Amino acid sequence: MRVHLRPQRRTVELRGPRRVGALLAELGILPGTAMVIRGELLLTEGDVVDESDEIEIRAVISGGA
Amino acid sequence: MKCRRCGARAEVQLRAHNTAFCRPCYLFFFRRQVERAIDAQRMLVAGERILVAVSGGKDSLALWDMLADLGHDTTGLYLGLGIGEYSDRSREKVEQFAAARGLPLRVVKLEDEQLAVPGVAAATRRAPCAACGTMKRHYFDAAAFAGGFDVLATGHNLDDEAARLLGNVLRWQKDHLARQRPVLPPSHPKFVRKVKPLYLTSEYETAVYAFMRGIDYIVDECPNAAGATQLLYKGALDRLEVASPGTKLAFVKEFLRSAQPAFAAVEQREPMECAGCGMPAYGVLCSFCSLVREVENRRARTSSALPA
Repeated sequence: MRVHLRPQRRTVELRGPRRVGALLAELGILPGTAMVIRGELLLTEGDVVDESDEIEIRAVISGGA
Repeated sequence: MKCRRCGARAEVQLRAHNTAFCRPCYLFFFRRQVERAIDAQRMLVAGERILVAVSGGKDSLALWDMLADLGHDTTGLYLGLGIGEYSDRSREKVEQFAAARGLPLRVVKLEDEQLAVPGVAAATRRAPCAACGTMKRHYFDAAAFAGGFDVLATGHNLDDEAARLLGNVLRWQKDHLARQRPVLPPSHPKFVRKVKPLYLTSEYETAVYAFMRGIDYIVDECPNAAGATQLLYKGALDRLEVASPGTKLAFVKEFLRSAQPAFAAVEQREPMECAGCGMPAYGVLCSFCSLVREVENRRARTSSALPA
């Protein structure tokens, strides 16, 4: 599967199906700090993503000061 | 995972609330959360004119969308920070949002005032976020007063408030803790009430709301935010939240319930008027005019040092 990381503008390719929670852990992303998007739908940690999927992981953290 | 409200497929899992929702039920939940925060804190009165500070990011646009949807009289204020392409793209997002909804928008560009954030930060040797914060506060306050608005609304969310609280507590900044609340009544006739209707909704929740509502916000991070202290605090709080869901919510809510009144009870200084701009100030000059003076002095020294 192709996983597009935003705002990093980085794409990673992974093999094999897995749960979203495992995908986040594999990429070192804490749950609740990013939205996992497949097409027009948001995925939860229990959803399974397949090798043919195109996924966007969009970080939600912003700020400065 | 099923929606706890209707049993359909869930799109959102909220560990802090121990629940999950499908899209329609989440939008209902989010709206109710914001309405409850507004009502519980008596943030807004029907018919008031609200100036909404918008950056092009998810929080401020989600807030503007929600307030307009709730029927409030809103005007957006976008402050161009002069941070190159990032500022150009964020302004475009705000302008497109306002145009698509027929909402009034005011745009102020710091570069037109020779006060673009990178230049000011370099001239004063301050962190960009510190210079940016000082200028934002001034322009928001001044625009709200000059425009005759009743309220200034900002998109600060739960994560912002928790990170700010952590920073204030780590340094026991009592005067900052006294002013950290979701509603700040005006302490001077030239100030308007300031409200933070999203103060109990997490960044994840506002991002999900923006996504589900089709709000096209700027996803890129401000290039000056890298290494900012607030992001360090947010990262620490995120790790605590994973280990113990609900930590951020409890941290902020319990502070406001148990501790904040004690800090607020300490006598606060009354602001005077700034000798430079006439806005409220705690010294001869307000923080903004002091910053501008510093920039002007620096630029005068630099230009006089150049060969004729």
